[in-house]
Amino acid sequence: MSSNAHDLNSIRAAARADTEVNFGFWIYLMSDVIIFSMLFLVYVDLSQRYAGGPTAADVFELRGVFLETMALLLSSLTFGMAMVNLHQGQKERVVIWLGVTFVLGAFFLGHELSEFAHLIHEGASFTRSGFLSAFFGLVGTHGAHVFFGLVWIVVMVVQIKLRGLTPPVASRLARLSLFWHFLDLVWICVFSTVYLPGVLQGVAA
Amino acid sequence: MFGKLTLDAFTHSSLIIVFANVIMVGTGLLVIGLLTYFRKWGYLYREWFTTVDHKKIGVMYIFIALIFLLRGFIDAAMVRAQQATAGPGMEGYLEAHHFAELFTGHGTMMIFFMAMPFIVGLMNIAIPLQIGARDVSYPLLNAISLWLTAAAGALVMISLLIGQFSEAGWSGYTPFSGLDHSPSVGVDYWIWALQISGISTTLTGVNFLVTILKKRAPGMNFMRMPMFTWTSLCTTILIVLSFPALTVALALLALDRSAGTHFFTGTMGGDQMMYINMFWIWGHPEVYILVLPVFGVFSEVVTTYCNKRLFGYKSMVWATMAIAFLSFTVWVHHFFTMGQDPLRNAAFGIATMVIAIPTGVKIYDWIWTMFRGRIEFKLPMLWTLGFIITFTMGGMSGVLLAIPGADYKMHNSLFLVAHFHNVLIPGTMFGLLAGFYYWFPKAFGFKLDEKWGRHSFFGWLVGFYVAFVPLYMLGMMGMPRRMASYENPVWHFWLVIAAIGALIVAYGIFAMFMQIYVSYRDREKNRDLSGDPWGGRTLEWSIASPPPEYNFAIIPEVHDRDAFMYMKVHNTAYQRPERYEDIHMPKSTPIAIVIAGLAFVFGFAYVWHIWWLAGLCLLGVIGAVIARSFNPEPEYVIPAGEVERTENAFHDKVAQDGALERMKHIESFGDERSAYAATPEPSTTGTQSEKPL
Repeated sequence: MSSNAHDLNSIRAAARADTEVNFGFWIYLMSDVIIFSMLFLVYVDLSQRYAGGPTAADVFELRGVFLETMALLLSSLTFGMAMVNLHQGQKERVVIWLGVTFVLGAFFLGHELSEFAHLIHEGASFTRSGFLSAFFGLVGTHGAHVFFGLVWIVVMVVQIKLRGLTPPVASRLARLSLFWHFLDLVWICVFSTVYLPGVLQGVAA
Repeated sequence: MFGKLTLDAFTHSSLIIVFANVIMVGTGLLVIGLLTYFRKWGYLYREWFTTVDHKKIGVMYIFIALIFLLRGFIDAAMVRAQQATAGPGMEGYLEAHHFAELFTGHGTMMIFFMAMPFIVGLMNIAIPLQIGARDVSYPLLNAISLWLTAAAGALVMISLLIGQFSEAGWSGYTPFSGLDHSPSVGVDYWIWALQISGISTTLTGVNFLVTILKKRAPGMNFMRMPMFTWTSLCTTILIVLSFPALTVALALLALDRSAGTHFFTGTMGGDQMMYINMFWIWGHPEVYILVLPVFGVFSEVVTTYCNKRLFGYKSMVWATMAIAFLSFTVWVHHFFTMGQDPLRNAAFGIATMVIAIPTGVKIYDWIWTMFRGRIEFKLPMLWTLGFIITFTMGGMSGVLLAIPGADYKMHNSLFLVAHFHNVLIPGTMFGLLAGFYYWFPKAFGFKLDEKWGRHSFFGWLVGFYVAFVPLYMLGMMGMPRRMASYENPVWHFWLVIAAIGALIVAYGIFAMFMQIYVSYRDREKNRDLSGDPWGGRTLEWSIASPPPEYNFAIIPEVHDRDAFMYMKVHNTAYQRPERYEDIHMPKSTPIAIVIAGLAFVFGFAYVWHIWWLAGLCLLGVIGAVIARSFNPEPEYVIPAGEVERTENAFHDKVAQDGALERMKHIESFGDERSAYAATPEPSTTGTQSEKPL
């Protein structure tokens, strides 16, 4: 089902990144950047403080992390496809691509949670050392963001089903898109600050 | 079921706390009783609790600030009374842990629940009007911010009744604030009160940053923004960039205390100093968050009551931006004694001293604005003069403390306490009270009483000097801060003097409440008919006092930095359009109080480890946000006819007041009061400042 040309213009206008409401979301993301940068600082500060417990090289397993990273990066692409279809007023396709994004995001989160469960089971829980507290704090905060992103995707799919592609829905999708890409960006920093140096340390040793 | 909460939490060892609780609960019950008796609940709910109108939200912010001004001051007075009576051979009247709760409560309440709500209140009332907007960018978010602040304040209040408040100082340094040293719930109350109010402030920062950048009236470019709007813009930038640091520091501290993590613990790899760094990465910008908007208030006051354009507007803008930037580069000066190398200390010391330069630029700009101006010594001018002199002294003592070598001697002494009160009391409190008087008629439609205001001013000014000059001296004598008792007989005399100073400040605060009462009693005599009681220069004075809910019937066009003055000079003020149009305004909604209520219960439940309740509240907040997103855009329409009636009534009052006649005599920006002066003096600075941009 495609909308007529007049609707398309209002949808595209609402989905622009520089409307007043979307501009405010950029500013909110700025404050979120500060939250993550503080958590990165905490991690860098505590990353060698093992307190006699497991080290980074002991707990990180790069193959699984590579898989979840690929899933998250791919989900950014699929969200992009949803936005392209939004601009063309293709309601069904927007929903399908949002669904694919949801599956990839859920895979990422599920994998992360099983990694957490495994660590806790092995005695490498967040109460073990400063290093592990910082690891769980940073990666967990990112994971919580992904969780809220997933909830948001569900809400938006319901709204598209109920209302169709109206300008308010398009405007919200534009913000969700910003949020989702932002999480991807943060994850790239997590990957290169937490996992890569941790594993390299093990290789060097 | 109820976590750590047992009946023991309601028992207090100190009779003073029991007495305070009786007063607090009694006052609460009395207010509830009176509201019920006079059947005011419906009115309150419709007009105030559910409103999204920025003017009413601003008024409620300041109401919260005044309540906490009282509570914060009572704590301060009790601290002074204890130190005046706890010298060698004396007992004092407080136990040490209660004394610690008092200085913690004083700092926390004055910063988070007095100064911040007061500033945000003034921003709410003035900024949309100054930039010619009908509301802020996100009116509902604004209401949520307000009620979150109220919820956080309620957590502080209830800690007096159930459990206790933190004893770890307003900055809550680890390891003392960790579970090992502070096992009681006090620190948890402190964490969640600050966390909720911090989130509220972050939302306010986002809201006003977007409002100022996106909602300015046509023609108002950056170099035409009123100074208060400029300084508030810098403050909102600081809020958005610094408050998340506090959010993270508090969240990690809460995890350390409740989940057993090791971020800031002394053992198992935690880093205690990391907390202190994170706290001041937020804390130093916070100082400028408190001070910059107030610099804006002083700029508005000086130009209005000196009847001149602001001297050096551009230098003022650049100085504000410079201070905002530098505020992120100095946080280490709060702990020079931490043990980092001298080079690092020197770098932060120099950065600290550099801030004195843009601040000095501002001081000179105000002085040069007064120079050859036609100064009217109204109350806000008194506050401004008191500020300039007192604040400059405080700044000087700050430059002294910025020298790391000297700081090793002064660190954590009363010299430091005297220093930051010497900048924050004039730099924030005086300016807030000046702004309170200045914008009061705009918010309420009548002016504040001048006589009681002067009593209040002299109470504050004299009281300040009597209370804090002794603290400078005690600091030099080596007295540390936060001492519940001491053995040095030399200190006692000066602490008694300081306590007398607190009494004089108490008179100032009493006079301020008298001023509000007297002004309300005589409000019919002091009506502000024209909406322009001071001969104002910016757009907020071009509309009625109090403004209609839509503020501007027609969005004004801005041609000059002093936009309203330009209209008066060119005889284009108070013009009626050919026809009015329907105005769309956001509807009232109870969702803000629902979210804030849930946030309050969440904080309380977390403090007492009632996990199921905390989880439910969190789900409730998320559910409320999602439910709201399913509502179609909730607006209502004010029909053109109603706008026309409201505006006509305003124009009748303007004519009755003679404002139109006065406007005819206003010919220049420099000395528009020539209408009142027999022989207008030629003003050299006036012509200089009249140059277009």
